[in-house]
Amino acid sequence: MKFAVVVFPGSNCDVDMYHAIADELGEEVEYVWHEEDNLDRFDAILLPGGFSYGDYLRSGAIARFSKVMAAVKKAAEAGKPVLGVCNGFQILLEAGLLPGAMRRNQGLKFICRPVQLTVENNETMFTSAYEKGEVITIPIAHGEGNYYCDEQTLERLVENRQIVFRYHGENPNGSLADIAGIVNERGNVLGMMPHPERAVDALLGSADGLKLFRSIVNYWRETHVVTA
Amino acid sequence: MYKVKVYVTLRESVLDPQGTAVKGALHSLSYTEVKDVRIGKFMELVIEESGRDINELVREMCEKLLANPVIEDYRYEIEEAVAR
Repeated sequence: MKFAVVVFPGSNCDVDMYHAIADELGEEVEYVWHEEDNLDRFDAILLPGGFSYGDYLRSGAIARFSKVMAAVKKAAEAGKPVLGVCNGFQILLEAGLLPGAMRRNQGLKFICRPVQLTVENNETMFTSAYEKGEVITIPIAHGEGNYYCDEQTLERLVENRQIVFRYHGENPNGSLADIAGIVNERGNVLGMMPHPERAVDALLGSADGLKLFRSIVNYWRETHVVTA
Repeated sequence: MYKVKVYVTLRESVLDPQGTAVKGALHSLSYTEVKDVRIGKFMELVIEESGRDINELVREMCEKLLANPVIEDYRYEIEEAVAR
């Protein structure tokens, strides 16, 4: 299975993402510069965290117009797994691949620490390796993770089980309905503020993020590899 | 040549964490008459005559990039700037 890590000017979690796939998961992975317009050779697309274009105007607002985003959209429409973490999530929102928007954290501070999440939906291609309701520890690092959407959108998210992760216990940023991560209606585009790629080794405090990447690989194997 | 002033603010229905913090600071300075603070962005654009309707052009830019319609409102003022 081949992963793409899209790199924008200002991305800074691209190396962690690459490491998680190449070294911890043992799958193929390649960096893709934001000016590329073809992602057909990849099976899954990863949008890493960071501060694309310095977060100017709004987080993700400028990155969404880069050339590679048309190809990301195409991959999403083809049903390939697309994962946006932190700034990657913000870019997916700005691009309209996921509903809603991000506001400044309620406390106005940039927060960088491990948090607990509840796996709300383990029947997605990103979470099948988790138990339903499993509580996991994954670090966050953001100043704008205060998720917002209107009431009708929230109703739809709940109805379609699109809320995949919620903050467990304390909500660090004030996000609506404790939302930490959502998928699109089809279930193949996941955006989340916490960083699973920073939680792939117990030595770093948690390996709970690994199951997310394993789920993607399992999904791909089930759909692409014919068993004898 | 047009000079366009664009104002972007968070929608009424969206809580503004920055505005709330600033309101608290004003209250602690004993300006208790302040009932609400909303913080937004101000942008100045200089736009060349292109044959396109300037209102349509600015609205399009606001909807596409300058504001995020999910959480933000915008308004703008157009001034005909000095020609050469």
